[in-house]
Amino acid sequence: MKNIIALCTAFILSIGLISAQELQSNKKLPAVTIKTLEGKTANSSDFNNGEKPIILSFWATWCRPCLKEMTAISEVYDDWTEETGVKLIAVSIDDSKTVRNVAPLVSGKSWNFEFYLDENGDFKRAMSVNTVPHTFILNGKGEIVAQFTAFGEGGEKKLIEKVREIISKDN
Amino acid sequence: MRFKYINSPYFWFVLCLPLFTAAQENNQEGRLSGNFQTDIQYYNADSLIGAAEVPEKLLLNAFANFNYVKGPFSAGLRFESYQNALVGFDPRYNGNGIPYKYISYNNYGVEVTAGNFYEQFGSGMVLRSYEEKNLGIDNAIEGIRLKIKPVEGILIKALAGNQRLYFEKGVGIVRGVDADFSVNNIFERFKDKKTFVSFGGSFVSKYQQDKDPVYILPKNVGAMAGRLNISRGKINLYSEYAYKINDPCVVNNYIYKPGDALYISASYAQKGLGIMVAAKRIDNMDFRSDRSATANDLQINYMPALSKQHVYSFSSMYPYSTQTNGEMGIQSELTYNIKKNTILGGKYGTSVTVNFSKINSLYKEKINDTTEIQQKGTLGYSAPWNKMGKESYFQDVNISLSRKINKKLRAFVMYMNQLYNIDVIEDHPGEGTLNAQIGIVDLSYKFNDNNSLRTEWQYLATKKDRGDWAMFLAEYNLKSTWFVAMSDQYNLGNTDPNKRIHYLNVSAGITKNANRVAITYGKQREGVVCIGGVCRNVPATNGFLITVSSSF
Repeated sequence: MKNIIALCTAFILSIGLISAQELQSNKKLPAVTIKTLEGKTANSSDFNNGEKPIILSFWATWCRPCLKEMTAISEVYDDWTEETGVKLIAVSIDDSKTVRNVAPLVSGKSWNFEFYLDENGDFKRAMSVNTVPHTFILNGKGEIVAQFTAFGEGGEKKLIEKVREIISKDN
Repeated sequence: MRFKYINSPYFWFVLCLPLFTAAQENNQEGRLSGNFQTDIQYYNADSLIGAAEVPEKLLLNAFANFNYVKGPFSAGLRFESYQNALVGFDPRYNGNGIPYKYISYNNYGVEVTAGNFYEQFGSGMVLRSYEEKNLGIDNAIEGIRLKIKPVEGILIKALAGNQRLYFEKGVGIVRGVDADFSVNNIFERFKDKKTFVSFGGSFVSKYQQDKDPVYILPKNVGAMAGRLNISRGKINLYSEYAYKINDPCVVNNYIYKPGDALYISASYAQKGLGIMVAAKRIDNMDFRSDRSATANDLQINYMPALSKQHVYSFSSMYPYSTQTNGEMGIQSELTYNIKKNTILGGKYGTSVTVNFSKINSLYKEKINDTTEIQQKGTLGYSAPWNKMGKESYFQDVNISLSRKINKKLRAFVMYMNQLYNIDVIEDHPGEGTLNAQIGIVDLSYKFNDNNSLRTEWQYLATKKDRGDWAMFLAEYNLKSTWFVAMSDQYNLGNTDPNKRIHYLNVSAGITKNANRVAITYGKQREGVVCIGGVCRNVPATNGFLITVSSSF
């Protein structure tokens, strides 16, 4: 009996989530204080790429699929920016254990993205990120238009397809 | 206990908050976001691998987070349900509740949060409240938090409250203040300097009644910390020192010695090369809001662990767990990118990572001839700074290479050599230290844009514990949306021939945008899950696991 109640609870919760999805009207990023790799404070509401789309990716140094995603994007990033003007903003959710590894790692890998640190997970919680990698696509107005979790081989294509879709809409 | 919060006016206030704020003269639209996850497991008894019978047969953990932001207001809650908690989680996670809910206002440099919150001062050495679902840890503080930014570059935080203990609250009160100064942001003339300096300090105090019949225990225990961060160009230095007054508790066997800890790290980063070195010393720094708490309960602070957080099954089979009563450690890591179109780098370049960590005991000596080290009710021991602890707790040397071989094939290889002190880390005296050598190969092959196959080959060799292990995994990925996988971990080196078992698993799943459903069937070996030096034992299981997660 207890199991049935539990399953029903889960079911009702998920229905709630689906209906909540329709409530989402304002798609701008919440304003949360984060840090740059040098330790300077920054605010997520200041993310800017002119009128061009942004890929906002939450990741961590200890997350294998995240590293795969970043490596895959890094290999085609020059082509992406040239074609679409898109910018990748990568927010590390590494906590005090691994946060000191972030700067050496991204330099060592020669990744050329815009990096931020969210050591206390404030931005992660404000964006309701549960697991990493979790990637959001923002249009030229800075509105969230899509989000993706997990990463499978070739998953970076989904991101650029979405970006192309935004650009064709804008034009 | 169950549904306790449903009766609370506070909870209803949170639920109705969007309505209140909507009534305000505010043209900004609100945004609701959230996530949901459930793990449902069906258990079979399996005496061979040591999986006990589960009377409920089926267990379930679930949670849903809702966050609402409108202008300067935000509010949120998390509903949690354990029917009952999955095997390996503390059974005090039981039933339903809304253990996390908050309302927050943030404007003109002032942020007020009422309800539950997560906070960290500095690197967390005197205060860190956090949540780690996989470990079943949630020590969120329930109370009030204030953050004030009087001028650009200065941030002051103050808080008070009780910590979460499953569906209850800890008895102790936690109070704290922290101030952070970013020199370059405060002073106009330093704004464009190449050297960036910031420093900060924290003070945290806990209050708990003393009802001990024998000892007079401090009701208020204070802890303080100072930190400094300097960066210039490619170099970054960070250091933090923490001190805690005497705090007799179960974990330190009720000794009256004060505690302290030092953490130092330096890093160098340029394109294609990153180096990080860090060192720490911990002396009697277990700090909880209830002196009788053990395991992962009611911890106020967090000691950054220095061992690498591994992700493959065998490299994380023997993970280190931070010894808050005393340890000394160092870690260094080098990441180097060998350029493309070179002999060593190949056509696409090769990424190399070398990591080393070593953790030893803290040197402790008797305070006098009649007092044993760590003797209850005494000053415990003395730990001079100029002496090194001799006993090795943990050591890890690993090197890994990652390379794209051609347009279709990508390879990752890793070798690791590890020393793991079973006596200390698992608290099983007499078992000695385990030496393990581990090799891992991970190959990804892309047939075309939509189809790919990933295989993992792992081997762990050791003479202790359960002996040698071999593992194979194959994962087929379709359009980066569907996956099917099978894996087998074979304990071929077990000294008991009956325990040379295959732990076979098959799984499948689908990910669509931010929604994911996965199902796994098979045997799971007994082990330890660790995140950030904090660990949880996971018993052996045999059965079905369904995971559904969604974000919006």
